[in-house]
Amino acid sequence: MDYLNAFWVGGVICVIGQILIDKTKITSARILVLFVVIGCILGGFDLYDKLISYAGAGAAVPLPGFGNLLANGVKEEIDSEGAIGILTGGLKAGAAGITAAVIFSLLNALIFDPKEK
Amino acid sequence: MQNNKSKYQKMVEKSSPNTNLFLNCLNAFWSGGLICVIGQFITNSLLNFGCDLEISRTLTSIILIFIGILLTGFGIYDEIGKIAGAGSVVPITGFANSVAAPALEFKKEGFIFGVGAKMFIIAGPVIVYSTLTSVLVGIIYYLSK
Amino acid sequence: MSKHCGRQSIRFENPIAIITSASTVGPKEGEGPLAEYFDTILPDSLCGEDSWEKAESKIVKDTFEAAIAKSKIPIENIDYVISGDLLNQNSGSTFAIRNFSIPFWGIFGACSTFGEGISLGAIMIDGGFANNILVGASSHFCASEKQFRFPLELGTQRTPTSTWTVTGQGSIILSNDIRENCPRITAITTGKVIDMGITDVNNMGAAMAPAAFDTIYNHFTDLAIGPEYYDLIITGDLGYVGHDLVLQMFGEKNIDLEKNYSDCGMLIFDKNSQGTNSGGSGCACSAVTFAGYLYKKLQQHQLNKILFVPTGALMSQISAQQGETIPGIAYAVAIENL
Repeated sequence: MDYLNAFWVGGVICVIGQILIDKTKITSARILVLFVVIGCILGGFDLYDKLISYAGAGAAVPLPGFGNLLANGVKEEIDSEGAIGILTGGLKAGAAGITAAVIFSLLNALIFDPKEK
Repeated sequence: MQNNKSKYQKMVEKSSPNTNLFLNCLNAFWSGGLICVIGQFITNSLLNFGCDLEISRTLTSIILIFIGILLTGFGIYDEIGKIAGAGSVVPITGFANSVAAPALEFKKEGFIFGVGAKMFIIAGPVIVYSTLTSVLVGIIYYLSK
Repeated sequence: MSKHCGRQSIRFENPIAIITSASTVGPKEGEGPLAEYFDTILPDSLCGEDSWEKAESKIVKDTFEAAIAKSKIPIENIDYVISGDLLNQNSGSTFAIRNFSIPFWGIFGACSTFGEGISLGAIMIDGGFANNILVGASSHFCASEKQFRFPLELGTQRTPTSTWTVTGQGSIILSNDIRENCPRITAITTGKVIDMGITDVNNMGAAMAPAAFDTIYNHFTDLAIGPEYYDLIITGDLGYVGHDLVLQMFGEKNIDLEKNYSDCGMLIFDKNSQGTNSGGSGCACSAVTFAGYLYKKLQQHQLNKILFVPTGALMSQISAQQGETIPGIAYAVAIENL
């Protein structure tokens, strides 16, 4: 059952992205920004966690999940550290994803070359 | 002239073929869904190994990012993207691809101003505006506590 | 008698000979419908170099050398090279010819560069300022994507109106030495920069079509001829979308172009099997189609009078990011077997 929910919720989030790309000429690069920001806002209102508890990876894997992670991080950090958490919480929560992307991309660039199309 | 321009604009809209929205959405749906299912499978496997939920989710992201970047290196991710569209942009693998692709492309410009700087041409704005949003969320949360 | 006719055109007193042509294309173009007409088809787009930009310069250099060799003109008798490309600061051309020691004119007309180069070369020769001029234009798909769009490995979809930049270089040598069986340049019409307010960078055909229409229309007016004068009227890289728009614009003027109007971007790729959407584009699109296909058709007398109209979209990445509209330009060159 969790696979089915992950599939359709994840699919629907991607379809929303596709409609935005095709209908509004928003480029895919802007979609990335938009979705992370939306996820962060929904996370701020505690809405996105509800979606994750229903759809699991279907909501956590798409980019709003990353934004939600930042929002949650900020709130947890404020709870434990006070006002400084406003500045430290977000990126701390996103650190794993960002660091992984940077380090793997760097290694990747050492090994591979772009292929002609 | 302004008249001509809007008339021409209409002519262009009529003459330019549209994307097949239904087919694109269908492809985005199943491919995006499939990536999430793979994510769910990784999370479930980690949970079975005895990891707690939060660690499992973090590791799932890291593994998917690794896969996305590896497929970018092999020149496969853009081929997937041609069919999947948003289905391969919106999942975290799409973010990974957006970091890895420019890093690879600008390799010839060196590791500082090429790879190091260009890595963030797409991911940079994502990080900037998600950080900004998280700070705003934090301020509101702090004040409303 | 004045050589200048009407507002934008020039009729040459002594039509300039195109004495040779040479063309090089990348592997994708080599799988396209015009493959048999190209002199060299590269096995890969890197051409033995380590970057796309260096590869483009290598292609330019090799094709220029091939054209010079074919013409049998000693290099010191080539008075000028006129060349341009899409890379920043025209480096595709300048790096290619840095060891040539031929006086050089670097030009930029975006994808219309080849037409601009032929026009300027013809004027210089007809004016008596040169005897032999080497003209070329080049583009490279991977280098253009990197400069103008997104990294190659980024997973994005191409819209149906987008075009595919041709990898290659087309060269010709213009001369006042009239050899046997040489097509001649009889007239040119210089385009105006025309902007009809198109902003979609994935619809270059639509951005350039008004310029193509304007140049061709004024060519007819200035020289007092109609489309039936030519066996073929062929624009540079409007693709299917732009081609259709040009036909519609002429239709509104009650001029029928349906019978003899085509576009290089439609000929160079097979849109059904090659995934090139609206067609080919880039400086090389018109340059290799002329230097390969059209020049040979003229020599074989399968075509005797053509109006060749390379088209260019005059935008930069910066102008697009600043929300500017995309102006277009087109240069018409009349080439005939006399």
